[in-house]
Amino acid sequence: MIHPILTISNLTKRFGGNTAVSGINLDVLPKETIAIIGPNGAGKTTFYNMVSGRMQPSEGNIVLDGKDITGLPPHKISRLGVSRSFQINNIFPEMTVQENVEVVLSAFHGHGRKLFNIASRNTGIQQEAVVLLKRLGIDSLKSQRAEVISYGDKRLLEIAMVLATQPKLVLLDEPTAGMTPDETRRTTRLVKSLAESGDYTFLITEHDMDVVFGLADRILVMHRGEKLFAGTPEEVKNHPEVRRAYLGEEDDDVIEETSA
Amino acid sequence: MKTKILLAILAVVMVGLIAVPWIASYFYIFIFTEILILGLFAASFNLVFGYTGMLSFGHAAFFGIGSYAMALVLIHLEWPFLVSLLASMGAAALLALVIGFFCVRLNEVYFAMLTLAFGMMVFAIAYQWRSVTNGSDGLAGFSLGSFGFGLDLTLGNPAVYYHVVLTIVAIASAVLYVICRSSFGMILRAIRQNPERVSFAGLNVRTYRLVAFVIAGAFAGLAGGLIAPFLRVASPELLHWSMSAEPILMAILGGTGYFLGPFAGAAVFVLLETWITSFTESWMLVLGIILALMVIFFRKGLLGTILDWWMEVKK
Repeated sequence: MIHPILTISNLTKRFGGNTAVSGINLDVLPKETIAIIGPNGAGKTTFYNMVSGRMQPSEGNIVLDGKDITGLPPHKISRLGVSRSFQINNIFPEMTVQENVEVVLSAFHGHGRKLFNIASRNTGIQQEAVVLLKRLGIDSLKSQRAEVISYGDKRLLEIAMVLATQPKLVLLDEPTAGMTPDETRRTTRLVKSLAESGDYTFLITEHDMDVVFGLADRILVMHRGEKLFAGTPEEVKNHPEVRRAYLGEEDDDVIEETSA
Repeated sequence: MKTKILLAILAVVMVGLIAVPWIASYFYIFIFTEILILGLFAASFNLVFGYTGMLSFGHAAFFGIGSYAMALVLIHLEWPFLVSLLASMGAAALLALVIGFFCVRLNEVYFAMLTLAFGMMVFAIAYQWRSVTNGSDGLAGFSLGSFGFGLDLTLGNPAVYYHVVLTIVAIASAVLYVICRSSFGMILRAIRQNPERVSFAGLNVRTYRLVAFVIAGAFAGLAGGLIAPFLRVASPELLHWSMSAEPILMAILGGTGYFLGPFAGAAVFVLLETWITSFTESWMLVLGIILALMVIFFRKGLLGTILDWWMEVKK
């Protein structure tokens, strides 16, 4: 029997009278890729914010590898092996691409406590950073200032930073949002190869259905904060309620209403 | 190549600084002693401001307590000068730990306000705790004993004291520089640009801010320990909130993006003040105009603008 790496039970977040996420249950098995889909406002990002420690849940539990991490601060959850990306680019704009990764690697390896070394001669960290950048195919940009590289490359840099902490569980928040079709294909291929390498367990939110169906082992469909359905990509494709609520083939009004 | 030229310029400046007592008038020995001490004060402030991104309005508290610690130790304990300096650093570091513990929880304007509030409290204590601090008159009349290390130096001689200050400031700056370039320093720069991303990399941002705050406080205390024997008094003015504005002005004048920016700012500040006050009383007006121009047109400060321009030209 395989134990889930992440067990979420009855996860709920209320903002005043609004319930953004309501009673979500989810088991994530090691090395699987789960996509979370749903229209804007379905609660995907709030869900991520609770799992990564950015927000405290109003109710429910999050258990990572047998350890209750509910309500812990982000840095503790990161230390326990959960790493996330953000919908909006979240990098260190004035540093070089390589330094961006070095910061996360230094944090992960505890080098942040070194007051009297010279960071620019920390060859171990530098080599590791280059290896990661190569894996994401952006090592040719390593000496560029992070703020000047293209939007798509920034998103890839973010994934490199997310992977730098050798996480047990990776949360990607719309990794291809705002990318050109070309960049989207490149990123999908890349995430797929990372997932197939068996090194990572992924949770991915995504609007692009091609990306979702290309990557996910299982899909969780959220709607107005609740779990609408969970199943394999095939089951999701054929589920009438999902089609109506999200894929929007029968009734466009629902999307209009919830995407504000 | 560029680095070599910069190092050569730095070496020339160092030789010039060493030679000050032989080539400059008595008056300028005092001026340069003040520049070095205030430069260290401003550089310590810049670890918090330019590197970590926290605008402290209370940095004079650490400068001031360093000077009071020096005066108290010299009056009551008569320790050697070097040991007294360590006491200045220790007292300032301890105060920074207490103040920082509360302040690093807050961001931006709230952080600034709380440091200002603590700075005012420390000033009020120094002003009113007459039995220890001698109130508004401050602590004077202490005599400098031995230097330490068995060295026989006449610290009362301005030229000798200048060289002592130069040596200590140079060593302290080298240590501060290494800290800025270390992995820890890199994390601090990352925190300035994006604290949230750093916490999601697994670091407690508050702890890093606090450590930076304490280190900066300790070096400000060292600068304070150097200023008391120079002024021959430790007085409440050194703790006043207007004294907290000086390192901010110096760092912005010189440039917060380069390590030596605050030193350049201190030099410009002190020299301009000296020259301008000699023929007009409106020094503050001139300083205000210069600062406004810097902030509007030369955001990177004097040294920052020159170095950036030079780097571009030499490409």
